[in-house]
Amino acid sequence: MRKDITQKLGFAILTLCLLITLFFLGAIIFFIAIRGIPAISWEFLTQPPRRAMTEGGVAPAIVGTFYLTLGAIAFALPLGVASAIYLNEYSPRSFVVNIIRMSINNLAGVPSVVFGLFGLALFVKFFNFGVSILSGSLTLGILILPLIISASQEALMAVPQSHREASLALGATHWQTIKNIVLPEALPGILTGVILSIGRVAGETAPILFTAAAFYMRGFPRSLMSETMALPYHIYALMTEGTRPDKQTTIAYGCALILLVLVLCVSAIAIILRQKHRSSYVQ
Amino acid sequence: MQRLREKIYRWIFTILAFASLIFLVGIILFLFKESLPLFRYVPVGDFLLGTAWYPTHEEAEFGILPLIVASLWVTLGALVICVPLGVGSALYIHELASARQRAFLKPLIEILASIPSVVYGFFGMVIAAPFLQQLLKLPTGLCAFTASVMLGIMAVPTVTSIAEDALSCVPNSFREASLAVGANRWQTLTQVVLPAAGSGISTAIILGMSRAIGETMTVLMVAGGAAVMPRSFFDPVRPMTSTIAAEMGEAAVGSLHYNALFSIGLILFLITLIFNILAEIISRRFRLKLGLGR
Repeated sequence: MRKDITQKLGFAILTLCLLITLFFLGAIIFFIAIRGIPAISWEFLTQPPRRAMTEGGVAPAIVGTFYLTLGAIAFALPLGVASAIYLNEYSPRSFVVNIIRMSINNLAGVPSVVFGLFGLALFVKFFNFGVSILSGSLTLGILILPLIISASQEALMAVPQSHREASLALGATHWQTIKNIVLPEALPGILTGVILSIGRVAGETAPILFTAAAFYMRGFPRSLMSETMALPYHIYALMTEGTRPDKQTTIAYGCALILLVLVLCVSAIAIILRQKHRSSYVQ
Repeated sequence: MQRLREKIYRWIFTILAFASLIFLVGIILFLFKESLPLFRYVPVGDFLLGTAWYPTHEEAEFGILPLIVASLWVTLGALVICVPLGVGSALYIHELASARQRAFLKPLIEILASIPSVVYGFFGMVIAAPFLQQLLKLPTGLCAFTASVMLGIMAVPTVTSIAEDALSCVPNSFREASLAVGANRWQTLTQVVLPAAGSGISTAIILGMSRAIGETMTVLMVAGGAAVMPRSFFDPVRPMTSTIAAEMGEAAVGSLHYNALFSIGLILFLITLIFNILAEIISRRFRLKLGLGR
């Protein structure tokens, strides 16, 4: 008897844990949605800010986030896929490979603000790129490198060994096998990794604080070397700078909603795609 | 000719694969390079154990003990929230949920893990802080407690996902054996599955902790920002991450203040490095224990 009661109680507590979690996360999304929706209009999405950030839209921040994300992916994707190919297709099990694996794991755990410091010291100061889209993209690129590597590795590992052997048996070289057989098969998996990192990069704030972000710009960034507004930074700046907190909070709600919708949709797409892809292998 | 091409490709991939290592070493080098000048003027002991952080005063003082304590304080509070909720949710999803529920909940938690930290910070600032201030009659809602709550909630999806992975590594035969000798599901869960997944779950907790201590935007917006020794959970505090983020904008490049902020980054980096290495060691042991190889 007591056994059953303990079991019931235990199960109830576990259920409660999940419900509390979902409640909190739901509350965050709910509040931002109902207060953010009134702020959003066509003008909000397509116009630059006016009157010292109290009116107008946030288009430069949206565009800035787009550029930064694009730049980060453009930098991290080739490096990440190449690293994964090396680790999965070429690497002999050796001391050096273990060191590389360890540094990928540790890089994944470095706090985002430390990436910001690194970006400031290396790109902004040492290479003299200044506070710019270039510096910000490179910093964000390093941040998502581990994510892209592990997603690509997973995708490469899912390619059956027999496909490689078949290709090699037909006389294809190692590189031809990788290029013509392995990579095309792994491509969907790699793409989901890329989409997932888009979601991550678009919301990162700390790494761009000192490397790319500007609070106020009249127009759109003109080149790689110009600083830029960005959605996540804009939320922070609206809440901590400026002179009209009442009006700025409304705009911040709008920005938070756009960012939230963007990030949640992007990662939902990636995760659902990955689920489908994985189950097509298991069958 | 073809041989040569093969060799060249191998070399290209080998070189590119070193990128991660180079970046990690680069981070370490630059953190040291930019922080070392400080220690010509401030002894390491005074830096780590000094209780006064007045980087912009005429007689500047660089004691980061209040910042370290604030970081640990907030992280500890976050753990109290995210460990039971995260591990509990993982247990529910993996051990209790039906296949259909699991197919829905697992991706949902993963999607929720992608909510950016600045959104948590924003929510903490405009909703959670005023709410908690009224509820608990606090002088200010922007304090260590609110920061812990937001950080804790933020870490739940991460902890849940990793703990879930650990649970799925426990072979089903363990469960079946336990049920076969007459244990009920709860006894199987607490006496067989949890101990077997124990070190995997500790990995989840350590990684959650590492994420919480390195988290910047949430604490920057919610923790209140007072760089003094916290006396209670309801004092405003200034953790290490938010100090860097808040002050780097004002610090002149090359000044002692600038060097001091990099030193804080270095300490932060070392702390998370230790956490990550610890997590890796434990998870490797875990996989070996369950006979899964490396």
